Amino acid sequence: MSSFKDAGHLFRLAAVFLAGVAAFLAIRGFLVPKSFGEYGHYRGDAVREMAVRPINYAGHQTCETCHTDVLDKKKDGRHARVNCEACHGPLARHADDPTSEQPAKLDTSLLCPRCHEANAAKPKGFPQVVTAEHSSGLPCDTCHQPHSPAIAAGGAK
Amino acid sequence: MNLTRRHLLLLLPAAGVAWKYILAGNPEAAPNYDLSEHWWSMLIDLPKCIGCGNCVRACQTENEVPDGYFRTWVERYHVSDYDIENPVVDSPDGGKKGFPPTKDGSGKNFFVPKLCNHCADSPCTQVCPVGATFISPDGVVLVDKKYCLGCRYCVQACPYGCRFISPKTNTAEKCTLCYHRITKGLTTACCENCPTGARQLADLKNPNDPIHEFLKTHSVQVLKPYMATHAKVYYNGLDGSVR
Repeated sequence: MSSFKDAGHLFRLAAVFLAGVAAFLAIRGFLVPKSFGEYGHYRGDAVREMAVRPINYAGHQTCETCHTDVLDKKKDGRHARVNCEACHGPLARHADDPTSEQPAKLDTSLLCPRCHEANAAKPKGFPQVVTAEHSSGLPCDTCHQPHSPAIAAGGAK
Repeated sequence: MNLTRRHLLLLLPAAGVAWKYILAGNPEAAPNYDLSEHWWSMLIDLPKCIGCGNCVRACQTENEVPDGYFRTWVERYHVSDYDIENPVVDSPDGGKKGFPPTKDGSGKNFFVPKLCNHCADSPCTQVCPVGATFISPDGVVLVDKKYCLGCRYCVQACPYGCRFISPKTNTAEKCTLCYHRITKGLTTACCENCPTGARQLADLKNPNDPIHEFLKTHSVQVLKPYMATHAKVYYNGLDGSVR
C-alpha cells in the first residue's frame, strides 16, 4: 500500500473543502432572511411589510357609519355613487379622530369643473359645461347642492 | 486525523444558524386575509372615463409618489379619421391636473387610464436578478424595497412603462394595487376616488365579484396581448389605436 503512504494531504484538502462549505452555509444562513422562499424566490416578509402600511383614504363605508344624513341626501341624486373622498380628499385621520382632524372647506368653483368642465374627449352623455359661460366664475353651490346636484324647480336638470 | 477539533470549531456557526431556525417560528400573517383566496385584477370601463385625474391624485396621496413620477396616469387619445394607425397622445403631468380643452374635436377623442397590468406572466419579475420583485400569491406584482438594487432591468422590461426608479430610495417603484388597502378589505385609492366608476378593483377568485358577469357580457381587452404577459387589467371599449 505504498501508493497511499502520503494520503494525509488528501484528507487535509477535503477538510479545507468541507470548511469552505461550512463557512458558505453559515454565511448564507446569516444573510438570507428566514422568510425567503416562503412563497417563491423572494422574501415572504416583503408581502407582509407591504400590507401593514397605513392608509390615507378611509373609504366611503367608514364615512357612512357616521354621516348617514349625507348618505340620505346623496342616494337619489346623480352623485349617489361618487364616493365621499373623491371630492373631500383623504380623510383617514379624520375617521380615526373626528374631533381634532377636520376636513377643509371646499371651493366648488374649482372643484366641480375638474369633472364637469366641457372637453371633447369626455364621453358624450356626461354632463359638461363651459364654466365661463355657464356660471361666470360663481361658485357652483350657489345654485347646485353638491350632494344631489339637480336643481328641482325652475332650473336646468 | 488531528483536524477534528478545528473542523468542529468551523461547524459551530452553521450549527448556531440551524438552531436559530429551529427556535424562531413563522412570522405573524395578516389576520383574516388568506393570500390563496384572492387573485386581484382591475377593470377599466373606458366609456366612463372623464379624464378628471382623481385617480392620479389619489394614488399620489395614498402612496407618496414623488412629483413627476406616476404609478397610474391618464392619457388622452386623438385619433384622426384619416390616420387611425397614428393617434396623437398627450398626458400633461400624467393627467393629474385634468386636461386642457381638446382643440381638435374631429375624429375620436377619449381618455385611457393606465397602471401596472399586474401580469400573470410578468416580464419585469422574470428579469430581476435578486428576487426583489415578484408576483405575490394573490396575483399582485410587488417590489421588495430592501432587496432592490436599482439596476433598472425591470424598468426596461415592462412593456407598459409602468415602473420607475424612485428618486428618494433609488429603488424600483410601481403600482402595488394598494396592497395595504386591499388586504384590509378596502378598494384601491384610485378606484375609491373614481367619480364615475370607470375603475373597479376585481377579485377573479371571488365567484360573487361582479367582474365575472361583466367579462361575460362585454367585449373586454387587455393592452398589448401579443406580448403574452397575461395582463390582468381589463379594458372595456378599448380602441384599437391604444398602445
